[in-house]
Amino acid sequence: MAVLSEEQTMLRDMARDWTSNESPVNAWRKVRDADDGAGFDASVYGEMAQMGWSGIVVPEAYGGSDFGWLSLGLVIEELGKTVTASPLAASALAASAIALGGSDEQKQKWLPGIASGEIVATLAVDEGPRHDPDAIKASVSGGKLSGAKAFVAEGDSAGLFVVAAADGLYLVAGDAAGVSRSRRHLTDFRSHAEVSFDSADADKLAGGGDDLLGKVLDRARVLAAAEMLGMAGQAFETTLAYLKQRVQFGQVLATFQALQHRMANLYSDIELMRSAVEAGLAAIDSGGDTRQAAILAKVKANEVGHLMSREMVQLHGGIGMTDEYDAGFYLKRMRVLEAMWGNTAALRDRFATLNGY
Amino acid sequence: MATLAEPQAGSALDDFRAEVRSFLEANFPPSLKGKGNALASVEGPTRETPEMTAWRKAMGERGWGTPTWPKEYGGGGLSKAEARVLADEMARVGAWNPIGGMGVMMFGPTLLEYGSEEQKREHIPGITMGEVRWCQGYSEPNAGSDLANLQTFAADAGDHYVVNGQKTWTSGGQWADKCFCLVRTDKSDKHKGISFLLIDMTAPGVEVKPIKMISGMSPFCETFFTDVKVPKENLVGQEGQGWTIGKRLLQHERTNLSGGGSRLQMSGPSLADLAKKFVGEEDGKIADRDLRARIAKWEMDWRAFQLTAMRVMAESKAAGGVSEVSSILKTIGTKLGQERSELIIEIEGLQGLGWEGEGYSQEELNNVRAWLFGKATTIYGGSTEVQNNIIAKRILGMLDHQ
Ligand SMILES: Cc1cc2nc3c(=O)[nH]c(=O)nc-3n(C[C@H](O)[C@H](O)[C@H](O)COP(=O)(O)OP(=O)(O)OC[C@H]3O[C@@H](n4cnc5c(N)ncnc54)[C@H](O)[C@@H]3O)c2cc1C
Repeated sequence: MAVLSEEQTMLRDMARDWTSNESPVNAWRKVRDADDGAGFDASVYGEMAQMGWSGIVVPEAYGGSDFGWLSLGLVIEELGKTVTASPLAASALAASAIALGGSDEQKQKWLPGIASGEIVATLAVDEGPRHDPDAIKASVSGGKLSGAKAFVAEGDSAGLFVVAAADGLYLVAGDAAGVSRSRRHLTDFRSHAEVSFDSADADKLAGGGDDLLGKVLDRARVLAAAEMLGMAGQAFETTLAYLKQRVQFGQVLATFQALQHRMANLYSDIELMRSAVEAGLAAIDSGGDTRQAAILAKVKANEVGHLMSREMVQLHGGIGMTDEYDAGFYLKRMRVLEAMWGNTAALRDRFATLNGY
Repeated sequence: MATLAEPQAGSALDDFRAEVRSFLEANFPPSLKGKGNALASVEGPTRETPEMTAWRKAMGERGWGTPTWPKEYGGGGLSKAEARVLADEMARVGAWNPIGGMGVMMFGPTLLEYGSEEQKREHIPGITMGEVRWCQGYSEPNAGSDLANLQTFAADAGDHYVVNGQKTWTSGGQWADKCFCLVRTDKSDKHKGISFLLIDMTAPGVEVKPIKMISGMSPFCETFFTDVKVPKENLVGQEGQGWTIGKRLLQHERTNLSGGGSRLQMSGPSLADLAKKFVGEEDGKIADRDLRARIAKWEMDWRAFQLTAMRVMAESKAAGGVSEVSSILKTIGTKLGQERSELIIEIEGLQGLGWEGEGYSQEELNNVRAWLFGKATTIYGGSTEVQNNIIAKRILGMLDHQ
């Protein structure tokens, strides 16, 4: 665990208490069974906003607390543990794009609403089922944006889209003329809409330097990794507890060395994952080059999260295959996060390129 | 004349091939081509169209759904060579075997070996015709990997048993007509107290409760027995011989499960074609080099696995017994099946994770279900861990530490 400030420790503890008391996995099960397009419980997001979470990376001047990415990551990790659904990550990413690249007027217009939780905002980047920011075709002419975005997280309920077009990032209001959305139902039962923009009014984020999209995507990678860290850590804890109580052959499973070594390896892997994720969050807070740290965080999260979610099912035996049990939630959500913002292969390739080989 | 023996055998096979062709022409409607459903046994009775019923009856009456089983009980009575010709010819026209399930894969072969004459006459024809569905009553809440710990008790009541207890993970329990069950007839000995009993699922006191799986399907059940009367004729083998018979059945199960991967492999496009479609090509190669290398690795592992399966078959045929190497087929076959599913999901990106609704092809949705359901293959029929224990102890002679 990174060395936390007193405020961060308090924030983490508050998030931990809240998720375990108010939002256990069972709360997600209810949302899942309700199966509406939004994919989260709006009143629950209201509670999160009340606690100030939706403003953690929003500057104080615009209604946020500017607590930083490590702080946001701590909260997202706790939410990941109980697979709590919310647009917190998507909104924070959109907010960061505006904070980095927006004019004062744009910030004034959107950030306070995002910080208060009234507006759900999201990034709309990819145009196909695989993350590929080099293949963006959406374009803007005369202030009107056209193009189609695939699998936009929280796209069903978003009141604001930060859209990647060929020449930069644009703000498009969710209720603008020319915006239409249709639900894409994935295994994780969260919101992933197909959003099309047909000459919709678009407002460019002109600041933030050449690689504004790149910086935002780094943040997206690290936040996804933080959620995966929470999920992997919980999957591990749940599995460990199960092995310590399930009896077969007259012994608890935890006494079998074959399983002990598996768990020991997973424990070690998750420690590496934690370091990589925390370093990613810290790199953003320090304001330097975040590219490699973000790739490292997401790749470790992909690798370890993948393995842990499979092992959770396997080590539970038959019960792990049942819908009544929680293991399936971790498996299904993990693959979605794994595919978002760059899978392992794509990011390894980028890492090699960045390092000149 | 001895020198003519070979050609004669060849021409006999040729005659057989001609017979198969005309049978298929007369009975297999081209509209059913490729409509066989690999997941049928876990999805339950798919609504059978009249065409499908006719096809099943035609195959059943000929005994060709169970081609190598003895003719006297409704099997095809074919030699291995003939069965291969049948399979080849069916594949050629896209025909599929409409007769399957646990009766064919596990129970039938076991009953043919251990059952009495009356039991074979009573139970095998229903299986060869695809008319009677069987389920497997082995696992219990506290007897999974440690199967011999089962507690369901069959009390001797003269001409019948009275069965009480609970089974779990009974695949297809809600659709089954009958259940082959391991029950306890003697509480004093863990292994020797087990017997192999056939229970009618419609008998009073049998109750099933379906359980939903992570793939969304509900193919398995909790099964409860309350004072169920089972006639003594339904005991297979001797009282107390259940563990031996039950393990033999598990060998059939494992053999079939390792083959499950090969059926998977044959349906649908190759991983490489899928990757070219979703990831794109550069100079005719899959654009993502890391993925390309991993697909190549999978394909090579798969070929090595198939070669091993063939070698094992050849060795056991030559030696007249089972090759020890066969123990690894289930663990490796199921692992490769899972790896393939994971690769498909990865290649297709978010498109490969569709659950339902707009925007997905049926094949994509099937792949997602197969990916999730496939996680069970390393758990059931002897989990990978338990198989590895068996390999370590029985083949390698490595001992328990206590
Ligand atoms: C889809 C599906 C269908 C099934 N269908 C049927 C059916 O039709 N009929 C039926 O009777 N049963 C069926 N089963 C049950 C299946 O056989 C059991 O799930 C299996 O034997 C494992 O038992 P368990 O679930 O109790 O897991 P457990 O025995 O509790 O095992 C939990 C984990 O511990 C591991 N483990 C256990 N013992 C050891 C050890 N000594 N050393 C190392 N690791 C160990 C296991 O490998 C597993 O990973 C089905 C199961 C599934 C998932």
